[in-house]
Amino acid sequence: MNYSSTKRALAVLITCTFLSLPHGCNGESPHKPNAGATILPPTKPDNGPQAYPEDVPSNLPVFTMDYPRIQIPFEITLWMLLASFAKIGFHVYHKITIWVPESCLFISIGLIVGAIMHSVHEEPPAALSSNVFFLYMLPPIVLDSGYFLPTRPFFENVGTVLWFAVVGTLWNSIGIGMSLFAICHIEAFGVQDINLQENLLFAAIISAVDPVAVLNVFEDISVNEQLYIVVFGECLFSDAVTVVLYNMFSFVAEMEVVEPEDVFLGVARFFVVGLGGMGFGVLFGFVAAFTTRFTSRVREIEPLFIFMFSYLAYLVAELFSISSIMAIVCCALTMKYYVEENVSQRSCTTIRHVVKMLGSISETLIFFFLGVVTITTDHEWNWGYILFTLLFTFLWRGLGVLVLTQIINPFRTIPFNMKDQFGLAYGGLRGAISFALAFTLPDSIGRKQLFVTATIAVILFTVFLQGISIRPLIEFINVRRTNRDIESINVEIHSRLMEHTMAGVEDLCGQWSHFYWKDKFMKFNNRILRRVLIRDSRAESSIVALYKKLELQNAMEILDTVSGDISAAAPSLVSLEQEKKESAKPKKTFMAQDLKNMHNLLSKNMYKIRQRTVAFTSKYALPNDNQPREILIRRHASIRRSLRPGSFQSTIPNSQKYFSLPTGQSLGSKYPSARPSYADDHETMSEVAYPTRRSRFSQPKRSSSGAMMPLHRLGTLKEVPSTDFLNESQGESFGKVHSKPRTGSSHSDSRFPAHRRHFDPPVDNNNGSADDVRNEDEAEEEQQRQHRGALRPPPSWAAEPRDDTPRNPLLRQPQWNPKK
Amino acid sequence: MGSSRSSLRGVPDGQQLLQETGFSAALLLRLHQRFQFLDKDSRGHLRSEDLEAELSENPIGDRIVGAFFQPGQETVDFPSFVRVLAHFRPTEKNWTRDGVQPEPANSRNRKLKFAFQLYDQDRDGKISRTELLQVDTTNTYTVKSKLSMKPLNTTC
Repeated sequence: MNYSSTKRALAVLITCTFLSLPHGCNGESPHKPNAGATILPPTKPDNGPQAYPEDVPSNLPVFTMDYPRIQIPFEITLWMLLASFAKIGFHVYHKITIWVPESCLFISIGLIVGAIMHSVHEEPPAALSSNVFFLYMLPPIVLDSGYFLPTRPFFENVGTVLWFAVVGTLWNSIGIGMSLFAICHIEAFGVQDINLQENLLFAAIISAVDPVAVLNVFEDISVNEQLYIVVFGECLFSDAVTVVLYNMFSFVAEMEVVEPEDVFLGVARFFVVGLGGMGFGVLFGFVAAFTTRFTSRVREIEPLFIFMFSYLAYLVAELFSISSIMAIVCCALTMKYYVEENVSQRSCTTIRHVVKMLGSISETLIFFFLGVVTITTDHEWNWGYILFTLLFTFLWRGLGVLVLTQIINPFRTIPFNMKDQFGLAYGGLRGAISFALAFTLPDSIGRKQLFVTATIAVILFTVFLQGISIRPLIEFINVRRTNRDIESINVEIHSRLMEHTMAGVEDLCGQWSHFYWKDKFMKFNNRILRRVLIRDSRAESSIVALYKKLELQNAMEILDTVSGDISAAAPSLVSLEQEKKESAKPKKTFMAQDLKNMHNLLSKNMYKIRQRTVAFTSKYALPNDNQPREILIRRHASIRRSLRPGSFQSTIPNSQKYFSLPTGQSLGSKYPSARPSYADDHETMSEVAYPTRRSRFSQPKRSSSGAMMPLHRLGTLKEVPSTDFLNESQGESFGKVHSKPRTGSSHSDSRFPAHRRHFDPPVDNNNGSADDVRNEDEAEEEQQRQHRGALRPPPSWAAEPRDDTPRNPLLRQPQWNPKK
Repeated sequence: MGSSRSSLRGVPDGQQLLQETGFSAALLLRLHQRFQFLDKDSRGHLRSEDLEAELSENPIGDRIVGAFFQPGQETVDFPSFVRVLAHFRPTEKNWTRDGVQPEPANSRNRKLKFAFQLYDQDRDGKISRTELLQVDTTNTYTVKSKLSMKPLNTTC
């Protein structure tokens, strides 16, 4: 089954590890002579002054190799490739990744590679120097987290998140630091030389939480979003807090005496750092959003602005030693909303994809190096200290979560129950940040190696033990799951109603609270921010946006099940997570007839969506004008095909069903894409139903393409009588149903009902507004009319006009006898 | 809480409301002050215009106001005001249905009934199709006057 591919993957992995050896060899110093068949110019013995230091080489070198020149980029690339191959390898047998988080797997591979490198006495690459990590490897990870932070739950829970992140991290650091200092006094462990400052420093390092593995598990089993967002947010902000604490404590550790005013200054610095980071981030976010307003002509470089501005925010924050993580997160948060409205669809996809890609590779590399470095550094092991560190880590985390939750629960609308708290406490894995910070400890600290070892031990322990066991545990204790995954217009509308209600009642009570501020912000946003930052700031209802998104997703789902994989087609709408899930689902196979029906269905729906969205945003502007025409041709062809005698007869009873719907309700015709099960039978039905709505506005434009369906609705819709305008086809507005096409019709009258309006949006099924729309369209049509010759309907098809409409003598109306 | 109890003297039916709604005394007092603020002519009761003035920008303001008034009533006095607002208190978990006391205002059922009333404008106990459609249309307006966008009827 999967064995052959697993074996192949393993083989690939092993060859790669061996590939890593050569550049490992060259890691120490460039060995030029080793590099191969370089033909060097012969050096003369130094006998005296020479006019020419070198001789001209005797022959032209045919083949040269210059390794040192490319060494660094080459090694970087190879390491990244190796990590990526490992990633591919794991996903080959995809059950592994369900039970064992990816971070564990990467660390294991890193361990193996580290062992190999150690056995040949090579040094690992210097990837963990402070600069490389903090300037190159950390920003993509944080950008990834910040960009994909679910903003709405985040802002609803921002207080809790900040509470846990800031106070929780402080609690952890101080608690662990103090307790470790306490046990340092025990002589048996031999660590008396570690003073309080160093202990605190170490504690700060290992209180940085990095629950990457946990978040993946949470997403997979859809835990309730409060828990998810608190864990997510806590991770982000605790990184920031830890870095700040680390800087503070390392500064303090080098001082001999700590004065009270230093503590006070420390607190002040803390606020400066945090708020400054936020401020810078928001500033850069706005600048980026503003820039994208003007990039409509230079679409190719749009994604660049996002990355450059975020990175700039990060670097500027580093310049002032304020929290760069906060800066980049806030930048991404602010930017995302406005930028995604300004940039093109493709740029949007590119941005999301690249952000994810960079984040993913950085993370992979970090865990990988963790494994490698574990083997290759010199460790100092101290049983007592390390075991107590582990113990205190768990202890203080559990206590912290308990206490903090008790304090914050009264302020929450949805309090955390014990299961949530357990998830929160158990999800406190340590990871990348701790690792990097441990390595950048100043050497002035005597027991640096011990700290490094202890950090690595804690990370390995938490990642392996907690990472692997969290999934079964969470499922076992049955944490409350989320129900927000259901995305539907219904949900959106009604939650909107509830929010308005809440805001209104808050207004009445005179209480300024959550909904009030949200409302205020939305108004401010609409009035000012959107005007400035978005190119065409037509306020688009989120319901409409959701509707578009859902329709496209539905259409893409049909495409997906029919033919392969959708990742090429619907880019930014389908998140990478969904893609993974969908590719794991077994693909259904359909019979040929169903396939054909689905294709037809899809073509109609896709066409309809594009038409609809034209009115709302210019982003979806059709690439060229031929498209509507082409679509019409296709439609005609499909209609014609489906109206052959055989297929038509069978669908009459079904179509009858729809004609009996009350006024304005063309439910079936409206969303056939959402009901693929209807595809086979009702596809033709829907074609029958469609044009009755559309054909209110339209006459066929093309002569030779198939028929308009001159079926009528049984008095359910107000229709302008069919035949009058056909007489005056030239200058009239048509709002009509009945076009009377006829095969090879004898009328050479070129003014024959040759107009088909293109289907203007929006199409309502409400009669009242339908009339308005129709009238509008009619007015529009007059300018846009082009007419072709006579239509050619399918020969066998017959339509029955309403009995009460005056018949145009020129028309030879085919008779349609519905079978009842 | 002697002081607050005495200051509740100005509040009509203060004690009873405290028991019925479960508000704290301080909160009740605040609501009374708010009531008096909204009731500009000091009549002792509110008319719908007073409430609507606060909710002018809310798309469903009229519905919210309507929820305060019992059918047929033109005014709302303070006890009714507070009773309606009591629906919005967080649910208490340890309330058990023992059938003796009437259900408190902030129980799940009462909340749901309140929300139902927002939809059911004609108070016939059912949400008709037109009522649902109205909800849809009101909710698809974003910025009211700035746009010339027509309401989009979306069926669910």
